[in-house]
Amino acid sequence: MAKLLEIENLRTQFFTADGVVRAVDDVTYDVNEGETVALVGESGCGKSVSALSILRLIPWPPGRIVGGSIRFLGKDLLQLSDPEIRRVRGHQIAMVFQEPMTSLNPVLTIGLQLTETMQYHLGMSNEQAEKRAVELLRMVGIADGERRLQQYPHHFSGGMRQRVMIALALSCEPKLIIADEPTTALDVTIQAQILQLMKDLSNRMGVALMIITHNLGVVARYADRVNVMYAGKIVEEGTAEQIYHSPKHPYTIGLLASVPRMDQHRGRRLVPIEGQPPDLTKLDNGCAYRPRCRWAFDRCAQAIPPLEHVGDGQMSACFRKHELGDDVKAAS
Amino acid sequence: MSAQIRESRDKSVGKGETLLEVRNLKKYFAVTEGVVRRRAIGNVKAVDGVSFTIARGEILGLVGESGCGKTTTGRCILQLETPTSGEIVFEGVNLEKLDQKAMVAWRQKIQVIFQDPYSSLNPRMKVGEILGEPMRVHRVEPNAAKRRQRIAELLTVCGLPAKFADRYPHEMSGGQRQRVGIARALCLNPDFIICDEAVSALDVSIQAQVINLLEDLREEFNLTYLFIAHDLSVVHHLCNRVAVMYLGRMVELAESDELFDNPMHPYTQALLSAVPVPDPTVEAQRSHQVPKGEVPSPINPPSGCVFHPRCPLAVDSCRAQVPEFRELKPGHWVACPRV
Repeated sequence: MAKLLEIENLRTQFFTADGVVRAVDDVTYDVNEGETVALVGESGCGKSVSALSILRLIPWPPGRIVGGSIRFLGKDLLQLSDPEIRRVRGHQIAMVFQEPMTSLNPVLTIGLQLTETMQYHLGMSNEQAEKRAVELLRMVGIADGERRLQQYPHHFSGGMRQRVMIALALSCEPKLIIADEPTTALDVTIQAQILQLMKDLSNRMGVALMIITHNLGVVARYADRVNVMYAGKIVEEGTAEQIYHSPKHPYTIGLLASVPRMDQHRGRRLVPIEGQPPDLTKLDNGCAYRPRCRWAFDRCAQAIPPLEHVGDGQMSACFRKHELGDDVKAAS
Repeated sequence: MSAQIRESRDKSVGKGETLLEVRNLKKYFAVTEGVVRRRAIGNVKAVDGVSFTIARGEILGLVGESGCGKTTTGRCILQLETPTSGEIVFEGVNLEKLDQKAMVAWRQKIQVIFQDPYSSLNPRMKVGEILGEPMRVHRVEPNAAKRRQRIAELLTVCGLPAKFADRYPHEMSGGQRQRVGIARALCLNPDFIICDEAVSALDVSIQAQVINLLEDLREEFNLTYLFIAHDLSVVHHLCNRVAVMYLGRMVELAESDELFDNPMHPYTQALLSAVPVPDPTVEAQRSHQVPKGEVPSPINPPSGCVFHPRCPLAVDSCRAQVPEFRELKPGHWVACPRV
């Protein structure tokens, strides 16, 4: 499979009154054509910032991409001029955000918002764009498109708005859709409808999907490959099977042991990760996870463990990655 | 706690004395129109005829999607809303019959933990004041020195250092704030705590800490919980029995393992299949029959069974007749004539 997006040593920082927040710190990962990649982590781990960095949507001040490269179809997005990056946004790379109410313009009709994008990027005429908009709405399961195009976002329910966002994302036939917590604000049955829709459409149209989420269940159901983030770094990378069945980083192991599972009987007591995520302004030269880690030893304080192969394409950023195998069972 | 202890606990709870009984609870909110002359144009039937009991020491889960009436049910029990009709009987006493003075005394016994630890703690009060105020108001601990001691104890029980009494809520993380919310619920020695989405706003690693804390406290203080949540995995893990609500009605009620192994109502089945399990191998084998459409408006709910427009089993009679809530197996209640 050809590489679509290659992110290398990306560093995004926020310069705040409390100090420099290293939100994304030396992150490297890639997305292949047509695959579904998940970026998992808890609030504040830098997963959204890393996605916003791809489209250069980090507001300055206070945030800035201070290093690394983001290669998309061979060109470095960080080197593009502003007009050039605007041709990429929404055209080749589209985004679906968490809160559809705040990402759609409340004073413009759905029709205008859909057609504007296609007219700008694809040079369609008004009639062409409207015809295509009705088609797109039908594709995402919104009937009666002609009438719906005249309506405003507040006429739509949360799930329907998210469908409009997906129609908008698909409108210019992008190569990659970045979905940042696309279903967190929605109820479970609507969440399942929306994710299934995104997965079906991306399969059918060959669009790669990057899902950013904190929900380990969503990742297990939809993702081919998984990147686990903690404190601005990717700590583990692998296929969904590898991450869930033979995790090689203490944080991944901890996450899996702390989620209740509906498919298992209720005998198990949850094993939480003790303590709290670190303050990103106060990171030192050791592993950021070590205060919460059961396997931490001297070396973890002296150097930051690099993300290295553990076999079969799986990667882990832990000095003791090769010792973790059997302990996983004991932890869960 | 080992699996055996947990299972035997499951068997023993829920068989004891009834602590709370809710009988045919209804709560309608008027929908009004007009700015100058307001007139009612209809009702939102937020809760429409819900009945259940909770035994002492039990954790009853109340699940459903947004707008199903689970929070309103909790608020009616707390007497924060006046029910349109129906009875709420706590320790054999009908709460609505109490006058205001007697009600204040009863409030000590029923406490609540809210979802959002950011908005449910007063930002201008220190943690010590937040915990001390209810004790002073209810004269549980009039002596200031003893009150301080008790606050320190409560914080310790909830896994926070005692020195946090001098902090303001903004100086803490979300998980720590939720622990303060729990300490506040405990400070009047209640019998019954309503947890309204108490762990929903927390990250997974922190959520597990708080779930374990809630379990430990239940054990230690012989508490009873009504656990209102939309996260079915958490509810399954924590609750002895689970009730499923849809559009103001209760559609299914059973013991936790029974409900999750053998869901009978088509809505419960759909709800369970929509929840992804954190295991790709299991997920690959599960059927993902997601219900079509969305929850209809509670202002103008469907006739007969409220689920019929989305139901795969619906027949003509479902449109006309409100289904009876029947006990199909001992302890397993379903509101569907087709199962």
